Amino acid sequence: MDPVFIAIQLLNGLQYGLLLFLIASGLTLIFGIMGIINLAHGAMYMIGAYLAYDLTLRTGSFWLALLLAVPVAVVLGLLIERLFLGTLYRRDHLYQVLLTFGLILVLNEAQRIIWGSDVLSVPVPASLNGNIALTGNLQYPVYRLFVAAICLLVAGGIYWIIRHTRLGIVIRAGAVNRDMVEGLGIDVRTLFTLIFSIGVGLAAFAGMLSAPMTSLYPGMGDNILITCFVIVVIGGIGSIKGAFLGSLLIGQAATFGPVLLPALASVIIYLIMAAVLIIKPRGLFA
Amino acid sequence: MLHSYPKRVPIIMLALTVLLVFYPLWGPILIGDGSDFFLEKLTLMLILGLFAMSLDLLVGVIGLVSLGHALFFGLAGYTLALASPSYNAASLWWMLPLVMLVSAVSALVIGALVLRTRGIFFIMTTLAFGQMLYYLVSDASFTGGSDGLFIMFKPTLTIGDQTLIDLENPLQFFYFVMGMTLLTYLFLHWLIRSYFGQVLDGIHDNEHRMQALGYATYGYKLAAFVISGVLAGVAGMLAAMQYGFANPAQLGWHLSGEVLMMVILGGMGTLFGPLLGAFAYELLHYAFEHLTVYWQLLMGLTIILIVLVLPKGLAGLILDPPRLGLPRIGVGGLFRTRPAASNKTRLGLAGPQKHEEG
Repeated sequence: MDPVFIAIQLLNGLQYGLLLFLIASGLTLIFGIMGIINLAHGAMYMIGAYLAYDLTLRTGSFWLALLLAVPVAVVLGLLIERLFLGTLYRRDHLYQVLLTFGLILVLNEAQRIIWGSDVLSVPVPASLNGNIALTGNLQYPVYRLFVAAICLLVAGGIYWIIRHTRLGIVIRAGAVNRDMVEGLGIDVRTLFTLIFSIGVGLAAFAGMLSAPMTSLYPGMGDNILITCFVIVVIGGIGSIKGAFLGSLLIGQAATFGPVLLPALASVIIYLIMAAVLIIKPRGLFA
Repeated sequence: MLHSYPKRVPIIMLALTVLLVFYPLWGPILIGDGSDFFLEKLTLMLILGLFAMSLDLLVGVIGLVSLGHALFFGLAGYTLALASPSYNAASLWWMLPLVMLVSAVSALVIGALVLRTRGIFFIMTTLAFGQMLYYLVSDASFTGGSDGLFIMFKPTLTIGDQTLIDLENPLQFFYFVMGMTLLTYLFLHWLIRSYFGQVLDGIHDNEHRMQALGYATYGYKLAAFVISGVLAGVAGMLAAMQYGFANPAQLGWHLSGEVLMMVILGGMGTLFGPLLGAFAYELLHYAFEHLTVYWQLLMGLTIILIVLVLPKGLAGLILDPPRLGLPRIGVGGLFRTRPAASNKTRLGLAGPQKHEEG
């Protein structure tokens, strides 16, 4: 195989993996600390992408749209947590599954009502439109590099918060024993609201970033949700490190799969998951 | 888990059954021209009721929340479509065992893997395996890709040259489906009360204790998973016969979510509840569809409302009717059943929760 082609595929896989991490990290934190399985996570990714589309159209600037869309998504997450999830913390996962499944239907339909069923796209912002020559004969889109850099920054930020701040200590403690953290006098309720808002905010942010790279269509969050579930299962629930490495692995598998094993392209990530389950049923880093 | 119900339960179920049996008498009078169409809808509701009962064995009896149950439902449809000869009908005498065998083998393989996980992992892995098959059949050419496959002829049910039941006839098919659903109900009713079912109930309450008592719980769960998968397969085959095609949507995770909703709407662990739930869910579905093209919005809000207000489902209302008239107690009646359920989770949380969840 052509080395330039391999290099481009590697970069694509890396960029896709980093984007997946933004979504999977929220998913794994929301479960690890809050004990909530959030099926509506993918729908928030979709909402993010459509918000980017809508606000770019209104303001004329993708950057301004990003700036406005992030708080909107975070507030939406806050509302969902306050309105619906409050009653679910002490109940069986079953009810969380159903309630967030209901939320998917509501969010998907809201998307159709507001933005319709047509496939939409967002133009790449002019300042980042174009290719960059990495080596003599290797061209790569600037915007994709930019997205990869932003995702790395966010990943670094998450790592810093979790490792080096007081909030991070509480988050890590909460992932180990929620009741003990509550017993120590920490306001778990506020912590949950914060984590949920940030988690779904990250998913929506990933949707905004990917809007200029992909097409927007109804139900676009469903596929990404299940891919992120696979990542969380591989990495181990509640493990940020696992989510990071799992994202990179799945990113590469999803880019190289169709080239190397075209017959198995659509199922390769599930085969990886099955293999991990056989070796370590609780994920690689749990 | 309840093992004996108050008398009103069999009375209500019997009344509804009689109502269904005599549909050809009252249907045309009450519904008029649409009665043939509604007969097909009733057939579908019975099939979904069978499907929901099969899931109840996992969700209600053992407490295993599967979000990939449509896998077996859809796989059976594809089995029927692929195994049927192109230009004439297959015989149900070998088609039904074939579908059951395919469902059993796939449930055995998938169950062996997913049952290594617990709690939230189980939900995610069942979902992922369901989607894996979804993408496989959506992409492969021999399954007709995203269009699916047509089933030109329904299988025949004959002895010698004598047709026992003409499945192409909508009314006879309706009664056939009703018979299969009734048979499944009686089988599961017996199974849950058998020794095997008692062990499953014990696993639901406390799996570690059952293990300490010497039960190989994994084997029991796997057996139940296979039984549940086979019954879901039977439902899927009937549905594919009814639709006349097998389609990727029949094994997608939205259907898995919907059937889970039917179980909860009806009342999990009660068997008759999920059967009612399938009817209630589909009736709501049609009502909303008639009301607006954005029916999913109403469906989603209804689901959220039921989770928040009616976690025990319709069966909860029948078994423990809210005493209306006295508002305070009336509302309390709706919620009164909750402390028992939430108490169990609370105990689980206080214990070594991380070991349970992974």
